[in-house]
Amino acid sequence: MQTLRYLIQKEFIQIFRNKALLPMMTLLPIIQLIVLSNAASNDVKDVRLVMVDNDQSEISRSLTRKISANDRFTLVEVSFSHDAAFELMQRNKVDIILEVPSNFEREYYRGETPKVQMLVNAINGQQATVGSGYLNNIIASLSAEIQRDESLVMSTSTPRATALVEVSSNNWYNPELKYPHFMAPGILAELAALLTIVLSAMNVVREREIGTIEQINVTPIKKWEFILGKLVPFLCIGLILVTVGLVASKLIFDIPIRGSLLLVFGYAIINLICVLGLGLLISNFADTQQQAIFVAFFFVLIFILMCGLFTPIESMPKWAQYATIPNPLAHFISVTRKVLLKGSGFWDIRWEFIYTIILAILFNVAAVWSYKKQQ
Amino acid sequence: MDKRNAIEVEGLTKRFGDFTAVDAISFQVAKGEIFGFLGANGAGKTTAMKMLIGLSRPTEGMGKVAGFDIDKEAEQVKRNIGYMSQKFSLYDDLTPKENVRFYGGVYGLSKNRIKEKTREILKELHLEEVANKPVVALPLGWKQRLAFAISMVHDPDIVFLDEPTGGVDPYVRRQFWETIYQVAEQGRTIFVTTHYMDEAEYCDRVSIMVTGKIEALDTPEKLKEEYNANTMDEVFLKLVRY
Repeated sequence: MQTLRYLIQKEFIQIFRNKALLPMMTLLPIIQLIVLSNAASNDVKDVRLVMVDNDQSEISRSLTRKISANDRFTLVEVSFSHDAAFELMQRNKVDIILEVPSNFEREYYRGETPKVQMLVNAINGQQATVGSGYLNNIIASLSAEIQRDESLVMSTSTPRATALVEVSSNNWYNPELKYPHFMAPGILAELAALLTIVLSAMNVVREREIGTIEQINVTPIKKWEFILGKLVPFLCIGLILVTVGLVASKLIFDIPIRGSLLLVFGYAIINLICVLGLGLLISNFADTQQQAIFVAFFFVLIFILMCGLFTPIESMPKWAQYATIPNPLAHFISVTRKVLLKGSGFWDIRWEFIYTIILAILFNVAAVWSYKKQQ
Repeated sequence: MDKRNAIEVEGLTKRFGDFTAVDAISFQVAKGEIFGFLGANGAGKTTAMKMLIGLSRPTEGMGKVAGFDIDKEAEQVKRNIGYMSQKFSLYDDLTPKENVRFYGGVYGLSKNRIKEKTREILKELHLEEVANKPVVALPLGWKQRLAFAISMVHDPDIVFLDEPTGGVDPYVRRQFWETIYQVAEQGRTIFVTTHYMDEAEYCDRVSIMVTGKIEALDTPEKLKEEYNANTMDEVFLKLVRY
């Protein structure tokens, strides 16, 4: 135990003497939080649209008005030619072409079901589906309005749709749909995991590069002492980072903190131990810092892309959903979102706890086992 | 194992794939002896030494250091030896004081003992003034002597030195060897590798390794006689050229 104390003390002295590390722990997370929470948005805001109005009627004009009034759409042009509109899409100037056929109004009042055509540039799938969804809503609400006006004017005629089912929706947990509220807790988790995995992976390799590890290996130090001596200081760094990030998210984005902070930190400790174990495991197999960084990034990239931060895990293929189980980052993000935004308690996040504890044990045992004092 | 011996090696071999780095070497080092371990670059000196200090497992053969088996009891061996590697092995960003404290702590010294040792080492090496400056600021010679002192912070019976004087000036080298003599006088065994043949003359006995084998082992005087040479330099060149 005494040996461990000296190891941890030494590590802390080195950390606080490292001029680059302290800003990395405080400034970087804040900058990343601000930039990413706002920028990495799945919110579809600026859908560019060209309207091909072949009808030039009252209905088609009110549709145009409705679209230009909606701030999610930018009406790039009102054109009369399909080809000109298509040319715009080819040049990537518009996302959606909305074409109203001629005689649209006439057919409508004649009781036929005329169709407008929507051509969606689906290169960006998200923009396409969400954009066309919005547009459908606008068109649906316009047609509802027309029907209502119609029934007022011609009270004798039967309304076309007898019963309209209206779906009213409420956004729970994030009622104003503030994107940073959703992103910040996730990015916070991602940052803590990323920094600690890289730092721990590099640290041991650095000792190997400068040769101090050889000196350590000729001492009677135990393998678990060495690994724990590395783990504890970086765990503290990770927790400082989570704290800084949480305070920054609260101050800048005013993210809700509905659940217990103790629960968040309790889980963060387990998660960081898990991620650090992986970092130390990587460092045992790397001879140079470059190698360690490359291998660490291999994992970090997979973790980030499959953690549910940018794409929901629920919409991944089944196999990929299972592949997120050994991804500590996915659990971390799930926990921060659940506890902070929903106010979930321990029971709601028990599986995250269980999976992370199993992973933490696996990674750390492997790290101690693969650390060789003797070649 | 003979009680008068600090190190005993029998048929010690290390292979890396097809390459035999150390080829069945056998020798004994008596307690209190200064044993020079010589050889050309790549002769297998460092590999052999790493097996003795428990950093590398022998492929074949056996060895005992301080009475413990180097393969099965490597951790006990480590308690009883000091080692100074050819790579500078102190923490550059820690001060001399912190380095002593750290290694003392790792070897399980008590707080008081660490304080005592720190005082002793700093005084002996005249490092009191730079005791709180990071080691990186010290001249190489000072660093080497500090590393040597720290390798003995736990008062080991045997000290292994891997090219301890590489890259330092003749004055510091002389100083270094004076310290080695002092340590040997305290009854400690010194196992030292070097490229400087004048240093070989300071040793009680020397062995010369050529491509993984020990080709010669005796006192410097007897070796010079046997190879009809005036200096150890000539002995070395004659052996290595064969």
